[in-house]
This record gives sequence, C-alpha cells and structure tokens, in this order.
Amino acid sequence: MIEKMDGKKLISLLNDLLYIRLVEERIAELYPEQEIRCPVHLSIGQEAIAVGVCKNLKKDDLVFSNHRCHAHYLAKEGSLKKFFAEMYGKSTGCSKGKGGSMHIIDLTVNFMGSVPVVAATIPIAVGAAFTLSKKESKNISVVFMGDAAIEEGVFHESINFAKLKNLPVLFVCENNLYSVYTPIHLRQPKRKIVDVVKAQGLECYSVDGNDVSAVHDVSKKAIDRIRKGKGPAFIEACTYRWREHCGVNYDDHLGYRCKDEILKWKSKDPIKRLKENMMSKHMITQREIKEIEEKIKKDIDEAVKFAKSSPFPDKSDLHKHIYD
Amino acid sequence: MNETSVTRVYVRMSAKKGKKRKLKFFEAIREAIDQSMEKDDSVFIIGEGVPDPKGIFGTTLGLQKKYGDKRVMDMPLSENALTGVCIGAAITGLRPILTHQRIDFSLLSIDQIINNAAKWHYIFGGQLKVPMVIRIVIGRGWGQGAQHSQNLQALFAHVPGLKVVMPTTAYDAKGLLISSIKDNNPVIFIEHRWLHNISDYVPEDYYSVPIGKGKIISKGKDITIAATSYMNVEAIKAADYLKKKKISVEVIDIRTLKPLDDEVIIKSVKKTGRLLVLDSGYYTGGFAGEIIARVSEKAYKHLKSAPQRITLPDLPTPTSPGLTKYYYPGYSDIVKKVLSMLGKQDVKVSFKEESVPLDKPDNSFTGPF
Ligand SMILES: Cc1ncc(C[n+]2csc(CCOP(=O)(O)OP(=O)(O)O)c2C)c(N)n1
Ligand SMILES: [Mg+2]
Repeated sequence: MIEKMDGKKLISLLNDLLYIRLVEERIAELYPEQEIRCPVHLSIGQEAIAVGVCKNLKKDDLVFSNHRCHAHYLAKEGSLKKFFAEMYGKSTGCSKGKGGSMHIIDLTVNFMGSVPVVAATIPIAVGAAFTLSKKESKNISVVFMGDAAIEEGVFHESINFAKLKNLPVLFVCENNLYSVYTPIHLRQPKRKIVDVVKAQGLECYSVDGNDVSAVHDVSKKAIDRIRKGKGPAFIEACTYRWREHCGVNYDDHLGYRCKDEILKWKSKDPIKRLKENMMSKHMITQREIKEIEEKIKKDIDEAVKFAKSSPFPDKSDLHKHIYD
Repeated sequence: MNETSVTRVYVRMSAKKGKKRKLKFFEAIREAIDQSMEKDDSVFIIGEGVPDPKGIFGTTLGLQKKYGDKRVMDMPLSENALTGVCIGAAITGLRPILTHQRIDFSLLSIDQIINNAAKWHYIFGGQLKVPMVIRIVIGRGWGQGAQHSQNLQALFAHVPGLKVVMPTTAYDAKGLLISSIKDNNPVIFIEHRWLHNISDYVPEDYYSVPIGKGKIISKGKDITIAATSYMNVEAIKAADYLKKKKISVEVIDIRTLKPLDDEVIIKSVKKTGRLLVLDSGYYTGGFAGEIIARVSEKAYKHLKSAPQRITLPDLPTPTSPGLTKYYYPGYSDIVKKVLSMLGKQDVKVSFKEESVPLDKPDNSFTGPF
C-alpha cells in the first residue's frame, strides 16, 4: 500500500503516530507524580487506527469515542493544551475538570465526546448521523469502539437502525483481542466479527490495524462510500494494547497474555513498521524523524506546563452545568 | 490500610471471646462465596473479570481453580442478557451470583432486574422463585467521575420484589452474603469499594447475619446517626470526635435497605430525640429521605428537632480533585451538623488535615482503578 502513497502523506501519518505515542508516553512518565488523579487508558500500540481513519476526515465530520479515547481525540486534532489540562483536572481542561481522561471533548474540531461505559457512544453516533442525514450534509459520523462493545445489545440495535435509515456513520472496531484481562475467545464464539455485521447489511472491511497506510486506504474507501450516500460501514482493525488495560504500567507479569503473543505484536509496532519502510525507500532520514520528535516534545512540554500552571476549578463550578 | 476507628469499634462490638481471626472485607466476601459453593452445588458465580488475575478486588481469587470454569465464569460484556440468563437459571433451580465491578455497569441490565427479577415471583402468583444475588460495587474518588462512581442504592430500594443489602464490616459482609445466597429472592448486594480493605474479626464457620436487621454499632444518648455502608466509617469518626466534646452519639448501621428495619432506628430516636441520616447517594429521592420519612411518620412526637441528612449533593460526580473535595461529605461535616442540631454551634472545633487525601481509600492506593 505504501508504494501508492506520496511522501508527504506518509510523513504526515508518521508525524501523527509519533505525536500520539509521545503524548501517551509522557502521561506514563507523569502519572507516578500522582497529579493526574483519574483512571487512564493508553492507546500505545494501537495508534495507527485512529491516525489512519482520521486522516480521511474533514473538520466537520463528527467523531465519538470510548474509554480508550486519547488517540482519537489527538488524531482529530483536539487541543493538546486542553487535553493535558483535563488530565490534571484543571478549569482550563477540555471538559473544564468535570471529565478527566475518560470524558474528553473538543467541539472546535467536532470531537464530540468520549465516555467509558462500553458501547454507550455507539447509538449516540448513530443519532448524530441521523441529524447529518436529515440536514442532507456531506459529513459523516464516526464511532470508535473496542472488541468488547460488539457483545453489547446496543451495538446490534444501533447497526440495525443505522442500516434501516441508511445513515452516514462509520463504525470502527479496534480489536485488540482483550477486554481488560479477558481474551476474546472467552467472550465471543469462534467466528468473524465482520460476518456478524455483514449479516445486518453493513459494508464491512477487515484491516491490519498496525499498518497505518492500510488503515488509511481501507477507511478512505469506506468513507468515500458513506459520503456518496450508500449507507453505514464497519471496519474491524486488529491490533494490540501494549500496557495494562487501565493505568500506565506494563502488566505482563500477571500472565494473562503469553510472552510470545506480546513479542509477536510488539514486533508489529505500527511506528517502527512505517519508519523502517520509509527509510528503506529513502523517504525520510533518521535525522528528520528526530526533528519531528523534538518538535512534538516541545509542544507537549508546553501543554504540560500550561496544564500544571492552570488553576483548579472554583468551588462554585461544582454547581454549574447541571441544567442549561 | 491503617486501622480506622470503624475497625476498632466493630472489633469491640462483634468479637467473640476466645479465638479471634482477622479478615479484610474482601476476604470475608470471598469466604462467603467459597463456603456457599462448597455447601450447595447449585451456587455459581459469573461476572466480567470474576476469574481474572485481579478477581473483582480480590473477592473471587482462587475460586475458579477450586470449583472449575462451569461454576466460576467470566462473561461477555452483555449485562442485560446475562441478567436474564441468571434469572432463567434461578427459576429452574440454580443459585447465580452475578457480579458487577461498578454499579454504573449494572444499569445496562436495569430492565431485567426491575421488570423480571423483581417481578416473576409475584406476577405468577408465587409459583416461581428467583434466588439470585447481584453483587454490585460502588465507590468514590480518584477521578472515577460521573459514570464510574455512582451510589444508586435508592434506585434498587425503590423496587418492590428486590432486597437490598449494604454491609459495612467484614463480619457482616460474610454473614449477609451467606444469607443473600440462601435467600429465595433476588438480592442486590452492594459493596463499597472503600470498605474492601478494612479488617474485622470474622469467624471461620459458615454463619449468617439476617437480612432486614439494622444494628447499633456505637451506643449513645444525645443523638441518633443512622448510616449506610461506608458512611458508617465517617459516622464513627465523628462520634469519636464528639465524645471528646462530651456529646454521646448513637450510631446505627442500617445494613439492609429493603426490607428496612425501621424499628431499631425508631427505638433509638425515642431515646435520643434527634436523628441524623447519612447516605452515600444523592439528596433528592435518596435513601436518607426514606428513613427521615419513616421516623417522622412513626415517632414524630419524640423528635426534639427536625431530622437532618447528609448525602451527596444533587450533582453528577466531577473528576477534578479540585472539585471532589467539595463534593464528598466527611466526618467534619457530620460533627458540625450534630453540633448545630444540638444547638451547640459555639463549641470550638478544629480538624487536622486528613493523612489520606480525600480521593483515596488509603495511602497504599496510587491509582489508576
Ligand atoms: C457496560 C460496561 N461494562 C463494563 C465496563 C468495564 N470496562 C471498562 S473498559 C472494559 C474493556 C472493554 O474492552 P474493549 O471494548 O475491547 O476495549 P479495550 O479496553 O480493549 O480497548 C471494561 C470491561 C464498562 N466500562 N462498561
Ligand atoms: Mg479490546
């Protein structure tokens, strides 16, 4: 796939992958300070899906997400400063300190919100697509979910309605093979997720979720089709979470995932793959990559500084925003 | 965790003479499940993460190894369907224990709980029984926020046909869980996460604590405090503090919300003439209001002052520690409320900085979950 893509696009994909990775790694570094006082679900290892999909989105397209939401927010170009401020529970945060890591939003880029109750945003994204369709908009609604969301009744009810009304919505399932510590084979029978969704009449795609250009191309196909009014689509992207389900540490010692499996997936690191591929084709040099990283790190430094120096919400803010 | 005063009080109240064994609340829960499964083949436990390495805050660790994967099961993220499945198993002779790590997740199954579990005995004229336990963990703190730390006990207590149990001590946790498993009705068994690591003396034998009985956990004569679950910890702290101010507080652990033992509270109020209710749920329509209503109905003439309550404000939980410190009431709020109810606002009080931050159950907790 990479052959067909121009160098500029690839550099921009690499940039976004590195951006998310470095933000997540910074959270991991800062978390032991105990100033980020909320549960965090990192996307390290899974960045290619958010990046590949969002590269095809326009600013006016809507994105919804779940507990593992940082990558989606960042790929949709949500504000980095407000993101870090929210991690720190500050009044300048993207949810004004009411949401923390699991409830983030940036309406300036139409990142419409993430919530941690599994599958909760799926019907909400369908509802947003309903509005788009009613307004005859060319924009689409996208919802990211994990593999466990497929097990919730509301997922099936939502795809049924989306198909029934031919709504412009893209469902993206990041299948990382686990729900917390429980492997997928203890939760779902042996069959393909896409086969279940196909049976509901949706256009379905399977893709290697650790290959950013593949994700990019597949989601381009799906999104173009949705924009043409051809109805909802579903992408299953296989991937793997590197660190613990919730929190910033590695939890390999717990033994719920075997060493070989972890090593196999780490060797498929989406960033390493893209870097090596591009370097072998002389599309980028080690030095240029370093430069990209340095620039990102500077932005992160600034955002963290902004977050740390921002004030906590005021006592009176507690009572704000219950009703309009 | 450091021993809190609630541990001391319970140890004082519930210790039997002779051999004493200390157990944490989570271990007492595990022992209740273990002994119930050993006694009765028809008992099984299912829930997201039940056999995983963390075992629902430790409460199910080792059970799958002992009883196998047909009786100790993980499950798909299908809370509503699995609640129905457990009801189906229950009416046909099994005794399911369904477990939710957060009350917020049980909301996906509210249809099966309220429309079916609570009703199938009644609507078929008593021909079917629904002997199941739904264990639900509630909590607070560490930026869990609006969808991961609600305290919705009042919602369940509102529904006819459900029993609602909320133990505070390890001793009661074991005895009440055994009773709940033996009960032929659906029991909502609510555990506050901040109690899981508190120790108490817990006998080794298979014993039960009856559902539907409150308990005086600290005797007093000036005012009655009735509290649910974790709020008993704050109540005991407040009672200890007030004792130094020569104010004697009677604390009653409500223990069962439904069926409610209002007798024990009313008897106490007849003695003290004053009632303060503490609940970890919201203010409007919360369980504290129910207790106040009962006492007002049944013991009005014994009241020397208007009954009061301390609850969460009518607000979703914010995540910022800058806001939660104004959100969760603690023992100092109780102390001040008691003084004002007794007309002793002038008594000087000062509270030292808590050694544990407000958003953590104890200092060993470092996040994230
Ligand atoms: C309805 C509901 N049940 C349980 C949970 C607890 N929980 C939070 S994240 C999670 C894992 C979900 O797995 P998946 O959807 O595959 O996403 P991943 O974490 O793997 O990205 C679970 C079980 C929840 N948040 N909501
Ligand atoms: Mg998963």
